[in-house]
Amino acid sequence: MSFENFGIVSFTAETKASDFVGYLEKGKVMATRCRRCGTNYFPPRMDCSKCVGSDVEWFEIKGNGRLVTYTVVNYGPTGFEEDAPYTLGIADFDGVRVFGRLSKGIKESDIKPGMGVKVLPAKLSGGRIGYEFQKV
Amino acid sequence: MQDVAIVGVGQSVFSRKCGVSIGELCFEAYTEAMEGLDITNSDIDASIICSAPEYDKQRSPAGLISEYLRLTPKPSFYVESVCSSSSTGLRVGWSLIRAGLHRVVAVVGFQKMSDLTSREAAERMSRGGDIIWESPFGITMPAGYAMYARAHMAKYGTTEEQLAKVRVKNSHYGAANPKATYRKELSLDDILGSEVITSPLKKFDCCANADGASCIIIASGDVAKRVTNIPIWIMGLGAATDTMTMSGRESLTGLRCAQEAARQAYEMAGVGPGDIDVAEVHDCFTIAELMGYEDLGFAKAGEGTELIDGKETYVDGKKPVNVDGGLLSKGHPIGATGGSQIRTVVNQLRGQAGEIQVQGAEIGLVHNIGGVGQYGNVTILRR
Repeated sequence: MSFENFGIVSFTAETKASDFVGYLEKGKVMATRCRRCGTNYFPPRMDCSKCVGSDVEWFEIKGNGRLVTYTVVNYGPTGFEEDAPYTLGIADFDGVRVFGRLSKGIKESDIKPGMGVKVLPAKLSGGRIGYEFQKV
Repeated sequence: MQDVAIVGVGQSVFSRKCGVSIGELCFEAYTEAMEGLDITNSDIDASIICSAPEYDKQRSPAGLISEYLRLTPKPSFYVESVCSSSSTGLRVGWSLIRAGLHRVVAVVGFQKMSDLTSREAAERMSRGGDIIWESPFGITMPAGYAMYARAHMAKYGTTEEQLAKVRVKNSHYGAANPKATYRKELSLDDILGSEVITSPLKKFDCCANADGASCIIIASGDVAKRVTNIPIWIMGLGAATDTMTMSGRESLTGLRCAQEAARQAYEMAGVGPGDIDVAEVHDCFTIAELMGYEDLGFAKAGEGTELIDGKETYVDGKKPVNVDGGLLSKGHPIGATGGSQIRTVVNQLRGQAGEIQVQGAEIGLVHNIGGVGQYGNVTILRR
């Protein structure tokens, strides 16, 4: 399975980083790191533009992160109409910033910037897959 | 090398649905820009056409618009940096003149957003982020700015009421702008009581899609002095970028691209924030104007709210901002917006701004942002 099944609506599937989706199915949310210069990448990428090379490795985003910001979206674009309201956010995991969804299980009144979160794969309807932040 | 001046500025009426073609829309802006100038279309050496292509029905609009304005057979081409396209066009035109390739250039910005159905517009909106990594989550332009707003509130204690005060101001001035889409004054309660689009932003924290065109005529210094009594000189140009992905942003309480563009523009112009008499700030959302105050150095980080609380950005305040109503009142025809902002500041520096005239304005600034802080453009002008 690749990026054609990623998220609620996918727009293009071809990327050298498509193993990301395979890792999601194995229960892992991954980032990449350049083996030469040590730069971390999220979204993961197989090319390092800092040292201009393509020798990168995958690593798992584990442990607790911190929610930096969020928004509850009441009006989704095409393909997301039935999905709204949903909550988007950015979380920081030891300097690796991840953009994604907050679990619909979290009450809006419980969401606060600075709160602890972890990031986990999430099965979506129609056999699709993504990832989401959960409260710790 | 020659200095470069703005000699003509114009814009069409901005509206939800213009009911005319894109050529006709641009002609309205072009007519105003050419008014009173001692040149004709045959003196224009090149035209730069600026819009956001995802909203264009016409393929390669530069060809169509240069024909309609009778600017053929001179060169014409298209530039794009989404909502800041016409500021990018000004930058390119400036360099063509400085390089000595041309003496007079027309920068024409336009967008006819009503050509798309609301469903088509929503589909375009879904592709505004990184389409592999971020669009599949349902990110939108308002959602991107809403995340900046939430982070600003969390770090500095900014309130929804302070955001709303920006719209109160801009709706006040928009009511008097005959070219604005929205001409109704809004109260704090109107704004705070409007429906939540993407928290914490409500309907009236957001600008709306519009149809419109703008036109800026620029010329080399010797030509400028000959064709107009009041040339407005381009003193500083700054341009910068930030990541497309929201996860790549180092700061979520200010736009790095705007901070960097401002630094460049101030340095080139040899002035600082304290020297700016009047400014246009890209207020696609209320939070964007507040962050603009800080990114431009009108206030320290986190203290932009003091300017709006103290009404310092009204016409008679110490730093008038968006006294034409801003994007929030005028509407936001993407490719035309930067040119409209430039037009407002040029009219201020010419002393021809009518009832919104800032007395004695000599130095003005335009802050024009593309996307959710992807492209930052700051232009400094002087009488």
